[in-house]
Amino acid sequence: MEYFLQQLINGLTLGSIYGLIAIGYTMVYGIIGMINFAHGDIFMIGSFISLAVFLILTSILGFAFLPVVLLIVLIIAMLFTAAWGWSVERIAYRPLRGSFRLAPLITAIGMSIVLQNFVQITQGARVKPLPPQVQGGITLIPASELTGGINVQLSYMQILIIVTTVVLMVGFTLLITRTPLGRAQRACEQDRKMAALLGVDVDRTISLAFVMGAALAAVAGCMFLLLYGVIDFYIGFLAGIKAFTAAVLGGIGSLPGAMLGGLLIGLIEVFWSAYFTVEYKDVAAFSILAIVLIFLPSGLLGKPEVEKV
Amino acid sequence: MAVSSAKFPSGAKGHQEESKFAHALRDALIAAFLAGVLSFFFIGFRTDIAPGGLSVRMRWTAWITAVVIVFVGRLLLNLFVFGRSWSGSSTKPKSAPLAERLPDLGKWLLRAFFVFALVLPFVAMYFFPGRDRQFIDIAILIMTYVMLGWGLNIVVGLAGLLDLGYVAFYAVGAYSFALLSTHFEFIGFWTALPLAGMLAAGWGLVLGFPVLRLRGDYLAIVTLAFGEIIRVVLLNWYDFTGGPNGISGIPKPTFFGLEFARGEGSFASFFGIPYSPIHRFVYLYYIIFLLALITNIVTMRLRALPIGRAWEALREDEIACRSLGINTRNTKLTAFAIGAMFGGFAGSFFATRQGFISPESFTFIESAIILAIVVLGGLGSQIGVVIAAIVMIGGTEALRNLGFLTYIFGPGFDPVQYRMLLFGLAMVIIMVWKPRGFVTTREPTVALKEKKRIGADLVAQGEGH
Repeated sequence: MEYFLQQLINGLTLGSIYGLIAIGYTMVYGIIGMINFAHGDIFMIGSFISLAVFLILTSILGFAFLPVVLLIVLIIAMLFTAAWGWSVERIAYRPLRGSFRLAPLITAIGMSIVLQNFVQITQGARVKPLPPQVQGGITLIPASELTGGINVQLSYMQILIIVTTVVLMVGFTLLITRTPLGRAQRACEQDRKMAALLGVDVDRTISLAFVMGAALAAVAGCMFLLLYGVIDFYIGFLAGIKAFTAAVLGGIGSLPGAMLGGLLIGLIEVFWSAYFTVEYKDVAAFSILAIVLIFLPSGLLGKPEVEKV
Repeated sequence: MAVSSAKFPSGAKGHQEESKFAHALRDALIAAFLAGVLSFFFIGFRTDIAPGGLSVRMRWTAWITAVVIVFVGRLLLNLFVFGRSWSGSSTKPKSAPLAERLPDLGKWLLRAFFVFALVLPFVAMYFFPGRDRQFIDIAILIMTYVMLGWGLNIVVGLAGLLDLGYVAFYAVGAYSFALLSTHFEFIGFWTALPLAGMLAAGWGLVLGFPVLRLRGDYLAIVTLAFGEIIRVVLLNWYDFTGGPNGISGIPKPTFFGLEFARGEGSFASFFGIPYSPIHRFVYLYYIIFLLALITNIVTMRLRALPIGRAWEALREDEIACRSLGINTRNTKLTAFAIGAMFGGFAGSFFATRQGFISPESFTFIESAIILAIVVLGGLGSQIGVVIAAIVMIGGTEALRNLGFLTYIFGPGFDPVQYRMLLFGLAMVIIMVWKPRGFVTTREPTVALKEKKRIGADLVAQGEGH
């Protein structure tokens, strides 16, 4: 039971990270109906920017107070990663609007390769280990005879991740439901042509979807860096596929669905590793992706897609 | 890709020229600023592992150089390349594809390529006696990718099913041959080849069946997942596949039972010619040449058959296809199976050429390279695949020989590491510039003679609904 509880906490933490990435997929899919294949690499970019900013602040500028450092890291990473998201859309997807359906997917794959190799060339292929920065935690159930010597712990890092995710999600939901910007997003999602006729700047709205998705992916990248302490140029591929699985599982196009899917994928992955085999945890995620797409294409919270002729 | 397209004030021509330059300059400045922002933490700083954690160092000169290069490049592009189609957006291809401008080019190229490919090993041996092995090796590599490209072209180019897990079938072919030959003494390359093809085709059916209902990008992502599942299983199933250690000691192909080795009963002694290790490479080259040729001929023949027409119809419009009574299930499955079969053949060949295989050789990036070759060659075009394979694979090999670049960029400069970056860039640029392929385009074999007002590549499919 205690082991289960500990894994539950770990799963929710990992799931929050997946959920944050999944939002980027689901927003872009909701508006332009394409898989932004490079989104996983945007997450990786966010992670690398976080690392660079963190090192600059601590070792060059000599900041020592961790909360302020982390806040600055988050903000700068969000801004710069958002710029990356905007540029990717501008270069690889916007010129292809109205082209045949596979074209943007192919440029997305190309963009993903470009981003990975750009980072590999400029930052090196070796992994970047960062020692744990946020240490300690709260012991929920101390180890004893009853629990079989297992300490159920909620580390400060996990609290930080979950709180940040909740705050961002609340803010983001308010942004989408209460502001003119969110209204434009939802309008474009329902009918792009009609929205354009009613005076919504569709290109700008699509760009903003990429920008917001990239900013959230940057937060996920920063959290990933702090949680695992190891990043390399290839982390975006797996994380991207898993987050995409999360978006599909929750129902692509649905924001609460993305978060729910993220949490589920995180839990499944952690429990699979804990109770079955670690080696096949990626196979579990891939299989869920295939099964959901084949048998439940609209996901848990999504609307069924009507095929138009 | 113009960052902004402003309207020009109508007026004197000189004024317009001037404003054009100002506009180009402004655009280049914006591009340079953006490049500066984007590359700030990547080129401007570099994190490295140092004793006691990570260290970060500044690289201002590299960063400023990058920004200046972007500025100058963008300015020149604006002035001399984009200049003529200033107000036009870059989505509409202006010039007709190469093949349309020179109608007979494709036919002549094909013949020239064929003859050249046929005599290539002897040309290499005659003109470059010292480096013949290297040249033939590269030719074999290119030919393998041509064959893989042709195999994938059936699935992606003809049937329009974007398969991102094609390398799985390549892996199935390679592992089938490797396992069969290491477990059963009597199975050689030529016995295993059809078996490997059949197994790969079987896997094509197995993986194709569940994804029949999926379309477009969902199909792509599921095939990607399948490809990765196969790789992870190969990696972790130690008892059967050897896990990350792979399988070694895979037998070499024989020429009607004659081995390419020294001594009695070998190819050299049977024909009474002096033994040379190059014979085996020439032989390997002709095997892959033959296999690729078979792929091409089968594809060309299939394209003229009802099934080929059905593939093309499926690519153009699935709903129309179904309403006209084409069995889309069987059409898709045959495309998957036949494409997979050729992937399996190529895989077997890969295994016998290398003598050693491991899951390392079958990563997603391999699928992406094959897809890039098909896309850049023009979806569905056969000769395009050849040209794209030569340019991309041969270009990579050529990068290895660009030693003089180290004089410009310093001794640590290794052109090969830019290979995948260039691949990716080429994929993006070609798709943006000419979405239907760089070399040629493949129109449906049969079509109504009546011209549509909107081209096939602009029909509503692309709206994303």
